[in-house]
Amino acid sequence: MATLVEAPHSTDKTALITGSEAIAVACKLADVDVITAYPIRPYDTVMQYICKLVANGEMDCEYIVAEGEHSQFEIVKHACACGARVFCGSSGVGWMYAMEALTVTPALRIPMVAMVGNRALDDPGAFGVEHNDALAVRDLGWQLVWVDSAQEALDTALIAYRVSEDRRIFLPCAISCDGAFLTHSQALVEIPSQEKVNEFLPPYNRADLLLHPDNPITVAPQGNEDWVMEIRRQNYAAMERVSEVLKEAYADFERIFGRSYGNPFFEEYQTDDADIVLMGMGTLSTPVKVAIRQMRKEGKKVGFVRMRWFRPFAAAELAKSLGRFKAVGVIDRDYSFGSPYMSGVVTTEVRTALYSAPGPKPPVLGFIAGLGGREVTVPDVQKVADAVYKAAEGKSQPLTQWIGLRE
Amino acid sequence: MGRLFAIEVIYRGIFQKTLATRITRSIVLAAHEEGKMGISFGRYGDSPERNGIPAKGFAIVGDDAQTLEEGMAKYEPKEVDITIVVDDTLCKGVESWAWYGLQPVNKLLKPSGTLIVTSRQQPEALLQMAHRKETPYNLAILKGTVSFSGLWVYKDDHTDVRILGAIAKFLPRLFSLKSVQKVIIDQWSDPVKAESAARAYERISSVAVQPGQGSPETPYKFDFPKWHEMGDGIAIPCIPAGGEMEDPISQASGGFRPDRNPTFKKYTTRTMRPVVNFDTCIKCTLCWLQCPDSCFDVTPEGLYDANMQACCGCGVCEAVCPVKECVTMVNETAFEDNASQWEDWRKDKEGYQAWLAEKIKSRPERSHGFRYRGQYEEQVPEMLETAREK
Repeated sequence: MATLVEAPHSTDKTALITGSEAIAVACKLADVDVITAYPIRPYDTVMQYICKLVANGEMDCEYIVAEGEHSQFEIVKHACACGARVFCGSSGVGWMYAMEALTVTPALRIPMVAMVGNRALDDPGAFGVEHNDALAVRDLGWQLVWVDSAQEALDTALIAYRVSEDRRIFLPCAISCDGAFLTHSQALVEIPSQEKVNEFLPPYNRADLLLHPDNPITVAPQGNEDWVMEIRRQNYAAMERVSEVLKEAYADFERIFGRSYGNPFFEEYQTDDADIVLMGMGTLSTPVKVAIRQMRKEGKKVGFVRMRWFRPFAAAELAKSLGRFKAVGVIDRDYSFGSPYMSGVVTTEVRTALYSAPGPKPPVLGFIAGLGGREVTVPDVQKVADAVYKAAEGKSQPLTQWIGLRE
Repeated sequence: MGRLFAIEVIYRGIFQKTLATRITRSIVLAAHEEGKMGISFGRYGDSPERNGIPAKGFAIVGDDAQTLEEGMAKYEPKEVDITIVVDDTLCKGVESWAWYGLQPVNKLLKPSGTLIVTSRQQPEALLQMAHRKETPYNLAILKGTVSFSGLWVYKDDHTDVRILGAIAKFLPRLFSLKSVQKVIIDQWSDPVKAESAARAYERISSVAVQPGQGSPETPYKFDFPKWHEMGDGIAIPCIPAGGEMEDPISQASGGFRPDRNPTFKKYTTRTMRPVVNFDTCIKCTLCWLQCPDSCFDVTPEGLYDANMQACCGCGVCEAVCPVKECVTMVNETAFEDNASQWEDWRKDKEGYQAWLAEKIKSRPERSHGFRYRGQYEEQVPEMLETAREK
């Protein structure tokens, strides 16, 4: 009979786990106090993994299964106001069902960390990835980040706690993981030691906003027009501070864990000599990178910029980077019906970032692809690149194109 | 540009909401009879209204649509031609949900504008309550019982049409009595109401109020913090719990006085206030338990002193008190200060009883809604009689 020799707790180890499991492991390492759950695919994988950790005695936390997503998010909101480090999450219409709670969470400066297993909004009832669920809160004060690997999911969850719980910030953060491609695929992930995590992540301190009998405060009283603008301005200031705190956290992460993400806001792939670049968020990075390697064999100098942090949006840095290229093609795994040029959300924001930038402004084409979990294939990416090349050559192109559609 | 007119109605929330709306609507309709354009609205910040809390309604009228638009560029008018006060106790000031601090009742009046108050008092009594103003104005009293009703009922005692008649008298450029009567008949088909408007028009008169006349009190002001001076997270410190009271005679400590909101005094939220006979109080605790505003301070000897910082004048204490005339609601106009009744009683019990007997004479002819069966039937004919008095 084989003998399992468990590695000493204090050393890093490698495990074959899904993106959801990586988030669960991050929760364990962050010693989260209160977790609420309500099943919806693909988020439910996280709640199952956490449940298993608790059942196995590996994790000690309050684990509450609510009667719906609205309560799920309200419970952790309140627990977080009482000083508990919290975690929850959802997907698709489950996230939307929690919308009222999602709205008040940043307003009350609650540093909740949530995982959104990105899923198409109903109807039709589909399980596959689409980014419209998480993007629905993009204007409300949530920090939004997209990851493309299980390793990045784990690391980003730790960074999310560190930044959100910083007294300068106190804003919630949603980590988006593409349904199926990330939530249900197992990959080799380095799990850091508890010691390193403890060094990186201080305990959550609610400080002056702690809801406790020894610190009698009223949270969320009714206020009229004499107060609302000032309160919004405070959240504006907090969101404005996130970039600096994020940079500090990523630098510290590299120092402690020895893993570097470079620019925290977006990843650049083969952009140094690129004529054109493609952009996108989440796991479509895999087919895009493979397609780029193939195209480069044909002499096409294509690069890729993968957005990580969508909120805050690193407009100046992005515009500076994109100004180097002849044209940009943004692949949206979302839609924004009736928006300018009927483009997806990310395309529209990229165009906005460029409009006020001091440097050169390359043309930006929008592509809607991969909706409802449809694969974005290597030939799809090549089609996108062809169109972007035409724009780079000054040939007229539709500003929004659907890719991978039966037509 | 034509002429712009602004009229405000200051009223007690809920109890006089329908009354105020009927007045502001009818102003616009009567002015429209003469080709003018207008808008009638209640201040949004006063809503949802609370029982008795001061609130405002406005009628803005312009000679033409463009003039009206000029007037509406500011949602609430900065100055008004006429201020109508449908409860005379509001002369003490307006402390609304919609803002912070105390606003003098005559604050928005233009120089030489007119303050119309429904009251049974004389001008001198009202001027004792109303704050001083830097510019002269006119004070007109529409004689009558202050008109209160409930949320779902309207006491049709002709207060509305009488005020419309008074406006036609003081601001004939806005509309004539004829237009007022036309609008009354169009809306309510009641010639008796049209007649009441005419009587008010004929009889109303005003006295000139000079700068410096009125209460010398400096109204409580509140300065708003800047956004970066405010705490974040929409969290505010709780009001501390409070502590024992001290007896002004024996210096003994005991009982309990809750600390209260330092920025919302409620001094003007009452149209009547309770007076307590401490000699007959049986310490049953019912007033203390039932008061919706926790207004009762518990004295060292276990009596209950209604604290005027917190009292909204609802009358629940009077209703639940099992002892006859131990708690009595009295017209707020009978009081000049907000001092502790218990302290006065402790200092001079005989003097207090004399004071009490005097105050109880000013039992309210007003009330919040319907305090007893038959009140409506009793009061409406009385009001109509008042409207007809020579």
